[in-house]
Amino acid sequence: MKSFVPTNAMKKYVQIENVQMSFATKQGAFVALKDIDLKIDRGEFITLIGHSGCGKSTLLNLVAGLLMPTDGIMLCADREIAGPGPDRGVVFQNHSLLPWLTCFDNVHLAVERVFGATESNAQLNQRTSEALALVHLTHAEHKYPHEISGGMKQRVGIARALSMQPKVLLMDEPFGALDALTRAHLQDELMKIVAATNSTVVMVTHDVDEAVLLSDRIVMMTNGPAATIGEILTVDLPKPRNRLALANDAGYHRMRGAVLEFLYQKQAKQVA
Amino acid sequence: MKFRKYFADNLLPPLLGLGLFILLWAMLAQGNETLPGPIKTWHSAVALFSDPFYQKTPNDQGIGWNILNSLGRVGVGFGLAALIGIPLGFMIGRFDFLNKMTAPIVSMLRPVSPLAWLPIGLLVFKAANPAAIWVIFISSIWPMIINTAMGVRQLPQDYLNVARVLNLSEWKVFTKILFPATLPYMLTGIRLAIGTAWLVIVAAEMLTGGVGIGFWVWDEWNNLNVEHIIIAIFTVGIIGLLLETMLIQLAKRFKY
Ligand SMILES: Nc1ncnc2c1ncn2[C@@H]1O[C@H](COP(=O)(O)OP(=O)(O)O)[C@@H](O)[C@H]1O
Ligand SMILES: [Mg+2]
Repeated sequence: MKSFVPTNAMKKYVQIENVQMSFATKQGAFVALKDIDLKIDRGEFITLIGHSGCGKSTLLNLVAGLLMPTDGIMLCADREIAGPGPDRGVVFQNHSLLPWLTCFDNVHLAVERVFGATESNAQLNQRTSEALALVHLTHAEHKYPHEISGGMKQRVGIARALSMQPKVLLMDEPFGALDALTRAHLQDELMKIVAATNSTVVMVTHDVDEAVLLSDRIVMMTNGPAATIGEILTVDLPKPRNRLALANDAGYHRMRGAVLEFLYQKQAKQVA
Repeated sequence: MKFRKYFADNLLPPLLGLGLFILLWAMLAQGNETLPGPIKTWHSAVALFSDPFYQKTPNDQGIGWNILNSLGRVGVGFGLAALIGIPLGFMIGRFDFLNKMTAPIVSMLRPVSPLAWLPIGLLVFKAANPAAIWVIFISSIWPMIINTAMGVRQLPQDYLNVARVLNLSEWKVFTKILFPATLPYMLTGIRLAIGTAWLVIVAAEMLTGGVGIGFWVWDEWNNLNVEHIIIAIFTVGIIGLLLETMLIQLAKRFKY
């Protein structure tokens, strides 16, 4: 399958060149990110890791088009990122489902927007159901967000993003608010979905284990202000990955060690 | 057993309160010739409500007509206020420029007693009935503008981000996000508006005359029928309570 795709299209699916982001604040311009260079391949799973406040969300929101860089170039599939678009699905940290819509309607809203012009109602409903089935939530289709657990809400958020068939899936600490067991379960599900859909993913996390388990490459960011990319670690562990098998894997521990060293030695944060 | 606990916790205190209130009233009435006691008032109320919809002359009609006329004025004035106030509140909440433009006017006019607007109403409409409606309109428009605008402004950034990443049209943003998110605030505004409107109608009708509970009170004062005045106070109170309860129940259905 992969060999049919020309290598040119494979490479540099998302291009971030020399990007700088500063915010206007009362104390003047605050440079959050500078000199960011990153090229993401099609089908690649990238995690962004770094200490809190270093600018991970800012970088993700730049790719999402929710923010505009103050300098530099951002491309997705060779087109400039000029704002949010259905080619980039976003999963928010706090699920951001609309509480007055059922799970089905929350997903349907996205489906309708992307495919409403070309497809019949039956097809739109079909797509919505399929997206929810992908995250195993068919039984909760007609429940409201407040009637389901936090993990289920996050799954609806993922279904909503995937239902638009985005080229890139952007996730900002999607499992950050969940308990460890639910998080592990959703990580496993995400790995399966990504493998099945061959999605390109950029995910923000502060969990080292999560980063090593899921990533093809881990992008480690230096502390802000004016944060940038410190190191990039390629995780060449074979896929599919199994968390139990990895527990005894020397390569896994080496990479985990490398990320920990970056975070707690090279970028150690002084406790105020 | 369960009923006894429910009774002791939820029914006993208000019943006791009411009982003491009536007792106090009866004692006051004992020592004062002009103030009718609870029993006398009760008999008078039974007589009054046994024929609520008689129509003798234009100025002598049953209590039912008086209540309905007052409710009608409140309904029309309030409805017009909602028709203008709610869209205005949406726009003020959505566009900061408009907010800054209108803020001084709203803050200046809001504390003015609605009755102060009555002469303007009489002047413009040259009739008592539209003037009373005008006063209701003025008194109920402020809470609707202010609460709707507040609801729009309190819209979580998350929802707006959802709208942006899903690339929703302005219409979808309004129907799927802005309106439902603002609805609870709007309902609060409506509840406050109805409350004030009902408060103001009695005073307005006292001044304008015609058929209505406020004018009826004034009329009975001229007849020195104190029982009827007391009945009117209770009637106004109970109807206000019913309106409020209805709106609270409605608001509960839209709590997410
Ligand atoms: N809209 C904004 N205005 C001003 N400063 C901001 C804004 N958004 C983020 N920042 C600042 O940029 C830095 C990076 O923020 P963020 O990307 O949220 O960090 P992270 O997601 O890594 O925790 C922080 O210092 C934050 O205070
Ligand atoms: Mg963040």
